Order: sequence, then structure tokens, then C-alpha cells
Amino acid sequence: MSSYLSIEQVGVSFDTERGPYVALRDVNLKVARGEYISIIGHSGCGKSTLLNLVAGLLRTTTGAILLEDREVSEPGPERAVVFQNHSLLPWLSVYDNVKLAVDKVHGKTRSRAERRDWVLHNLALVGMSHAIERKPGEISGGMKQRVGIARALSMEPKVLLLDEPFGALDALTRAQLQDKVMEIQTRLGNTVIMITHDVDEAVLLSDRIVMMTNGPAATIGEILTVDLPRPRNRLTLADNPTYVKARAAVMEFLYARHAINKVEAA
Amino acid sequence: MTVQTEQMPKSLAGLPGRLLSLDRAAVLRWLRRRLAAIVPPLVMLVLLLGLWELLCRGGHAPLPPPSQVIHDTWDLISDPFFDNGGTDKGLFWQIAASLTRVAQGFLISAVVGISLGVLIGQSSLAFRGLDPIFQVLRTVPPLAWLPLSLAAFQAATPSAIFVIAITSVWPIILNTAVGIRNIPQDYRNVARVLRLSGPEFFFKIMLPASVPFMFTGLRIGIGLSWLAIVAAEMLIGGVGIGFFIWDAWNSSLISEIIVALIAVGIVGYILDRLIGALGDLVAGNVKS
Ligand SMILES: Nc1ncnc2c1ncn2[C@@H]1O[C@H](COP(=O)(O)OP(=O)(O)O)[C@@H](O)[C@H]1O
Ligand SMILES: [Mg+2]
Repeated sequence: MSSYLSIEQVGVSFDTERGPYVALRDVNLKVARGEYISIIGHSGCGKSTLLNLVAGLLRTTTGAILLEDREVSEPGPERAVVFQNHSLLPWLSVYDNVKLAVDKVHGKTRSRAERRDWVLHNLALVGMSHAIERKPGEISGGMKQRVGIARALSMEPKVLLLDEPFGALDALTRAQLQDKVMEIQTRLGNTVIMITHDVDEAVLLSDRIVMMTNGPAATIGEILTVDLPRPRNRLTLADNPTYVKARAAVMEFLYARHAINKVEAA
Repeated sequence: MTVQTEQMPKSLAGLPGRLLSLDRAAVLRWLRRRLAAIVPPLVMLVLLLGLWELLCRGGHAPLPPPSQVIHDTWDLISDPFFDNGGTDKGLFWQIAASLTRVAQGFLISAVVGISLGVLIGQSSLAFRGLDPIFQVLRTVPPLAWLPLSLAAFQAATPSAIFVIAITSVWPIILNTAVGIRNIPQDYRNVARVLRLSGPEFFFKIMLPASVPFMFTGLRIGIGLSWLAIVAAEMLIGGVGIGFFIWDAWNSSLISEIIVALIAVGIVGYILDRLIGALGDLVAGNVKS
């Protein structure tokens, strides 16, 4: 069966001092175009590893990853990544950070003025128009994460990869950014894979939640479809039965069936 | 003392604007800060000179007191630009000759040091191969290289330049390498996702990320160069502040030695500040 993005029988093992460490085994997932997927699992289970495989930053040991039926073999702007700790270049202004990406990705196809407008457009999209001349060191964590998202969006990726994008933020900023990302995704129809360890975040944002078992040799334990209409509103969802059920199912998976202490005790 | 002098350029830069606006309170504040910076070292200097004068007065001490030094060397101090041919030249020409050698040697070591630093910073194979060798070689004292380089080059000036280069290259290599190795993996990943080419990666990410480290190395390097040139010139002769000192010693002109030492100290200090300021300037464009 062919699909937009497909992860087929993927396994990864790392060479370590204590011999090979099998991080992932037999991971299979098909993602449709425009779908919003969350990957949830306990810390260290291999979520980032899986995301880096899709990004092409890591190579699979076994199996393959196909995007539009072509094998992913190296990183590229059509699979843009928003890294966990924003990874903006501290010596460039907010504007120049996005411009670096825009010039590189659209340098051959767009004029200078078009590229300038495109940088500004993407910064406006994440609500950062007011601080384009600031350096990353001069803005808050939430703002840095916004710029990271603007930089990724500006590449017009086929798949947007988010590695715990809101993990380091306070609850209020986090909620604001989640709404922003939802709004942008609804508007642009991006295909998104997002790592999270926050159950509410996963349920609120995703079309499907991929739940991973604990490592070593982690794999996908269960996939939950979240059947909630969009646009979604966090206030009215709080006592929506579908929302509550989905939330309970993910909690049950994480804290009853795959509780982390079982692994640590072993 | 370091802190005070670092403030100086900034305060000076702000002064004209403030004077124009005739902001008297600001001018007074500025003056007070300047005085607070200048007065303590000046007082210490006077005290030390007084102590020296007291200790060496009366002709029994082996070293001349400051008043004697100034008296003996007034010709030297008052006219740094005389040139009587041979090595009999004013302090300006002596220091200029030394600085020329340092500039040549330091330029070589900066280019070689940064290149090798980038190499061992980027390639862990090169690091494993070269780092132990560098660690051993960098402990060799500057002058120990001189006989070998004289044998190799068969001439004084290239040998002196080689000694400068080999002395100052190690901190440049090692600091550059540390800077490169410290580039966060995230920045590299950004570059890979964007498919930056080699040169793009070098200029847009590697250089700005490691430039503060490079300048730390360059600053240590220029200090070592200046240490080494004075010692090397004592041995190779010719025009230069090192041989000037040696020559003065051979002629028992102790006062001239003292004046030359002060000149060496001041020039070394200026070199250090110069590279430091350049580093701050570049890093200022690079960091926050
Ligand atoms: N380069 C590597 N070499 C060795 N082990 C690694 C490497 N990268 C990740 N791992 C191991 O693989 C496991 C999964 O890591 P990761 O994907 O970062 O987890 P998560 O993102 O879910 O917290 C961890 O046990 C980690 O120690
Ligand atoms: Mg992770």
C-alpha cells in the first residue's frame, strides 16, 4: 500500500561501548497527507530517534522510510525540523535566522524582494513581527520557539517535524503556542509529526496519537485516532466525552500498561 | 586594572555626544569615573618609584634609582627616532624591527593555527592523530627551537620568525579546535536540514560559532610571540629590542636596560589589548 509518508519495518541500533544498543525495532507507520500525528512515550524510549530518522539526520539500521514513494536517505528542507531547544543561531537576528533558511531553500526560485516578503510573512504567521531585529538572546523561550517554527514553515516542508516543541515552556505560553500551531496547521494543511510527553497536548492537537513502548527495542504499542472536529477549542473540549476518553486511553497506556518504573526496576 | 582600561574606549566614545548636549551632570559623572580609574594606579606608581628611589639612592646599590635612569637615558627617551646606522638606532626603530618579525611570525601562526585547529576540530581522526603530538610539542620552550631553526634556515631573520610562529601556534590550534568541537550538534543539524554546502557551513556557522575561541587563542599567541621575540633577538643580534637589551648589558648600561624593559612591557600590553579589542569587536557582531 502506498501512502504519503510511510515508515516500514524500521529498526535502529547504536554502537555503544557496551556493544550494540537496539533503540527501535519493527516500527511501522503510515501517515496521510495533511495529517497531524503525535508520538508519545516515556523519556528515552526512542521518540527523537524516530523523528531524526524521518528527518534523515539518522540512518535506519533495518527497514526504510518513504516520502511520496521515495526513500529518505539524507536530511533536507522538505522535512523541516523544529528542534527541542529552538537551535536558532545566536549571532543572527530573528529576521536573519529565517532569512538563512529562505535564501537557501528559495534562493533560486524567488527574487530578493519576494524572499524578504516571505521571511516577514512567516514571522507574522507566528506573531513575531514586532521583534525581527532582536537577537535570540534577547527574546523569551516562547518567542524563540516561534521563530524556530517560522523558520521551519518558511521552507514549505512536505512534512513538519516537531521534537517536543513546547517542552521547555511555561503552561500559559505553551497553551498560546499550541493554539497558534493548530491555527497554522488548519490554515496551511501541513503534514505534521510532533513528539510530546504531554497527554493533553497530544489529544488536543492530533489526528492520531502514536504511543510507543519503552526501550530498549521500543516500538509502536498502540495508535489512537482522535475523532474530534476542527477547529478545536481547549475550553469546550475539557468535558467533551470523546476528548476525555482519548485522554484516559493514553494515560492508561503510559501509566498503567507501560509504566516507566517497570523498566527501571528491571 | 584590566577592568578600568576596558571601560576606557566606551567612555571616550560616548564623550563627544554628551559634551554636545551640554549635559553637565553626565560630564561630571564621566570625569569622576575616569579619575577613579586613573588615580589609584598613578598613586601606586608614584609610591613604587619613591620606594625604588629610596632603596637605590646613594651609589651603593647595584641598580640605579629612577632619577639616575632618566638622567642617563634622556637622549634615548627624548629622541626615539635617531638612526646612526648599524644597530645604533632609537627605541622606535628597535621596537619596529621586533614588531615586524612578530607580525610576520604571528601571521603565519594565525593562518596555520586556525587551519590546523579547524582540521582537528572537525575530524576526530585528525584529532586522535595530531593532538598527542601537539600536546608534546607545545611544551617545548621557544628558545629550544632556535638552534634547530638556525640549522634549518641558515639565517637569523627567518629563524626568529619561525620561533615566533612555532611558539604562538599551539594556543591558536588548540583554542580553535575547542571552539569547533563545541559547536552544538543542533547547529550542525540545522545546516544539514538546509543542505548548506561546505563553504556555506564554514562561513555561516562554523566561523561565527567558534570566533570567540579563536580570538582567545590569538590573544594568548600574540603574548607568547612577544615573549619569544625578545629572547630570540638576544641570541640572533641585529636591530631589535631584544638585542638592544643584550647589547646594553654587555656595555653595562643598566639604565638603558630598564628603559627598554618598560618599552617592552608597554608594547606587549598594547598588543594584548589590540587583539582583545579586535576579538570583542568580532565577537560583538557574532554574539547576542
Ligand atoms: N547516538 C546514540 N548512541 C547511543 N545511544 C543512543 C544514541 N542516541 C540515542 N540513544 C539511546 O537511544 C534511546 C532513545 O533515545 P531518544 O530517541 O533520544 O529518546 P527520547 O527522545 O524518546 O527521549 C536512549 O536510550 C538513548 O540513550
Ligand atoms: Mg527526545
